[in-house]
Amino acid sequence: MASLWEYANPVKFMRLSGWLMPLSAVLAAGLIVTGLIWGLFFTAEDYRMGSSVKIIFIHVPSALMAINAWAMMLIASLIWLIRRHHVSALAAKAAAPVGAAMTMIALMTGAIWGQPMWGTWWAWDPRLTSFLILFLFYLGYIALWSAIDDADTAADLTSVLCLVGSVFAILSRYAAIFWNQGLHQGASLSVAPGERMDLSYRMPLYLCMIGFGLLFLALVLAGTRTEIRARRARALLTRERARA
Amino acid sequence: MELRVTELACARGGLPLIEGLSFAVGPGEALVLRGPNGSGKTTLLRTLAGLQPALDGEISCPPEQMAYAAHADGLKSTLSVRENLGFWAAIHGVSDIEPALEAMNLRDLADRQAQHLSAGQKRRLGLARLIVTGRWLWVLDEPTVSLDAASVALFAGVVRAHLATGGAALLATHIDLGLPEARVLDLGPYKAEIPADLGFGGFDGENGGAFL
Amino acid sequence: MIALLIRDLRLAFRAGGGFGLGLGFFLILAVLVPLGVGPDPATLGLIAPGILWVGALLACLLSLDRIFALDHEDGSLDLLATSPIPLEGVVAIKALAHWITTGLPLALAAPVLGILLNLAAPGFGVLIVSLALGTPALSMIGAFGAALTVGLKRGGLLMSLLVLPLYMPTLVFGAQAVTRAAQGLDAATPLLLLSGITAGSVALLPFAAAFALRINLR
Repeated sequence: MASLWEYANPVKFMRLSGWLMPLSAVLAAGLIVTGLIWGLFFTAEDYRMGSSVKIIFIHVPSALMAINAWAMMLIASLIWLIRRHHVSALAAKAAAPVGAAMTMIALMTGAIWGQPMWGTWWAWDPRLTSFLILFLFYLGYIALWSAIDDADTAADLTSVLCLVGSVFAILSRYAAIFWNQGLHQGASLSVAPGERMDLSYRMPLYLCMIGFGLLFLALVLAGTRTEIRARRARALLTRERARA
Repeated sequence: MELRVTELACARGGLPLIEGLSFAVGPGEALVLRGPNGSGKTTLLRTLAGLQPALDGEISCPPEQMAYAAHADGLKSTLSVRENLGFWAAIHGVSDIEPALEAMNLRDLADRQAQHLSAGQKRRLGLARLIVTGRWLWVLDEPTVSLDAASVALFAGVVRAHLATGGAALLATHIDLGLPEARVLDLGPYKAEIPADLGFGGFDGENGGAFL
Repeated sequence: MIALLIRDLRLAFRAGGGFGLGLGFFLILAVLVPLGVGPDPATLGLIAPGILWVGALLACLLSLDRIFALDHEDGSLDLLATSPIPLEGVVAIKALAHWITTGLPLALAAPVLGILLNLAAPGFGVLIVSLALGTPALSMIGAFGAALTVGLKRGGLLMSLLVLPLYMPTLVFGAQAVTRAAQGLDAATPLLLLSGITAGSVALLPFAAAFALRINLR
């Protein structure tokens, strides 16, 4: 069987992502559109929350991807630090803006949902606070990437930041819980018995979650492809200058 | 104790500068590196001192045996000459700095703050640091910058005394130090070819033109 | 290692070394806050723990970029990296020197500013203890941020952006300890968590910071 590490070779990665990226983009669009239409127009309204509850079809998947994007960056950073695969570092770089955007979407849809529910756009609730802090981590990570000229140096330093940041992000999460017990409801899709979401809600929500996952994949692949081409272009320029 | 460099390649800012470089320096020997600006003298010395990784090749002598000195002397302007030198001596586990002050003719300046020294005096203080490291191999990048003729002669004497006690020195310099016994190594022939897959050093071989 | 500590302290206390800047900043902040918020003692007493901790944090942040930037400029960092002291030790000692010249004076001066801000009487002891326990973490995390940005032009602003989110847990537990004590509640839990963060930072971050320094030097 072909090893996964083969795709650390940019040529193989470009070949793979060349068809995987458009495929996942189309699938993502299909799933999200289906999930949203199903969720928004063909589900009952919640007896307490009315139609405003339907924003979960965007809110929950984006929040999920906001965290998973950081987790993916952490894994990619570790791969770069341990195995020095350039594609891995570039994928981490490409994931950061997508993760930041997902965090922003989760925060904004949360605010729009919170206004009719809690009567406020923003509350210093542990979950909201954690997401805001996560957003700041994304900003710092992106800023560090863009501040350093040398690509390998930038990859090394951002990887260390990602590792240390992950530890502190988890600490921040517990600090935020300690700090304020919060208004936010429990996880919408908790497996624990008790107040569970109706199946008619869960199905479109699953579609949207898979769709957002594929959307993330497509965007990261597109970003990584761009980064690889940019690296290639810069390498060619450097070579021309060195020969001149 | 010998520095033996085999098939060394090193790069600056991702651009290979030197490749296939081999030489050896033993106790009592001095080697002067020559080459035009940008030929990689500084890069080579930083690589030897362990400040940056080599692209390829072997260096037999660990950086812990080398005393490295570059353009910046690492002086603190608000500390006196004695305090500056005493600090580096303490870092290297040496307590007596008087011989070093004497050798670089700094005794009269010992209690002056480094900010009130002239450029040449600062340089002499920076070079006095080499003596207090107690290391046998001196790796020096342009050691004579801003020194006057008398100070260059003084420095040459210090290097000669170091060689006489079984030390060695590797110097990158453009001027004649007055060390006729020193061998000269021209870096010109070791200039690195620009590889076709430049910038993709970490990528597996077959890059081709697949990206464009 | 002791020699490095002595040198850094000596440099900080000499003219232009920056000792006292953080303390002055802390004092000015404690004076400005009542002027902005209003003189009502109840309001001030309520926000005093938070203001004092945020003030201490910002005062620490103010002097962080001096930890490595000056040594990088004059070449000392290269020479220290080739010295017999491991770079991890250099980082730890420099963070310690930063704490002695910044965090420790802040912890000692905080009670005086607590009076200005009308902090409730039971909070004073915990204020000193929490700052003494928490500011080493601020110095160590700051040293990591400074190591990441040491070679960069205008790295100071970027460093603040990187370091501030990392400061969040320390700030929360520190300020919560003082708040709880001021309300007459038990402050042991946040103090223990704060000590945990400090211990973890001091144990692990020197390695991350030394790794970042090595990359920045090459």
